Amino acid sequence: MRIATLCGMGFGTSMMLKLTIDDVLRAEGIKAETYPWDLGSFKGNKVDIVVAPTDMEPHLRDHPAKVVYIRNLIDKKEIREKVLAAINEVQSGGSPGTF
Amino acid sequence: MNETLSLQTMITPQTAQAQVSVGSPNAVIDAIGKLLLDAGKITPDYIQAMKDALVEMGPYSVIAPGVVLLHARPENGVLEPCLALMTLATPVEFGHSENDPVDVAVAFGATDKEKHIAALMQLADLLGNEEVMKRVKTAATDEELLAAVRSYSTG
Repeated sequence: MRIATLCGMGFGTSMMLKLTIDDVLRAEGIKAETYPWDLGSFKGNKVDIVVAPTDMEPHLRDHPAKVVYIRNLIDKKEIREKVLAAINEVQSGGSPGTF
Repeated sequence: MNETLSLQTMITPQTAQAQVSVGSPNAVIDAIGKLLLDAGKITPDYIQAMKDALVEMGPYSVIAPGVVLLHARPENGVLEPCLALMTLATPVEFGHSENDPVDVAVAFGATDKEKHIAALMQLADLLGNEEVMKRVKTAATDEELLAAVRSYSTG
């Protein structure tokens, strides 16, 4: 399983998201790689799930991977619940998308 | 192992300011950027770069209700890894669909993709700590604001 976290530059918000998700994955014993990317460099990469701030939605319409939008990027509960739900969904039959 | 910096060493008396009165996102960036500029951590170019980034990326920089995280790229004028914290006397609208208005601003400058990570995670923890944030938001002076940050332990 490959999970991309996104923000405009790839080392602020997306890095915070990546580290929070890594904690969740470790706690749940889920094997997945997480990548902090900026909008420009994630295109063309094959991932199962994209995690991004809510207001990035206009940039992410119409693409094949499961997208998770996070409203409060410091709310570990929101991140945990939404990401785990997406992982369950993907594991129960989704196919990886390519950007 | 890369050298890492903690939140507590990055937020200093020079880079914490309470109850600043400004009326627009650009004025917030000017005010918080000045803290980093006066501390010798960035060049003036970095302030403009943070404004450009806000326009370019859109309002998602408002990462949580009432909290904006401002930054640009290392090559935009960061001299040393740095972090500033500012509370606003009057909340400012940044145009976010849900998290406006903003009364806590954070600005950081990174010199690479690694050194600021520990501080960033500690910052996320601090911002998510209701008790500490209550002290942060009600701090009337710079000293009280810094004391609120110091009251937060990463242990």
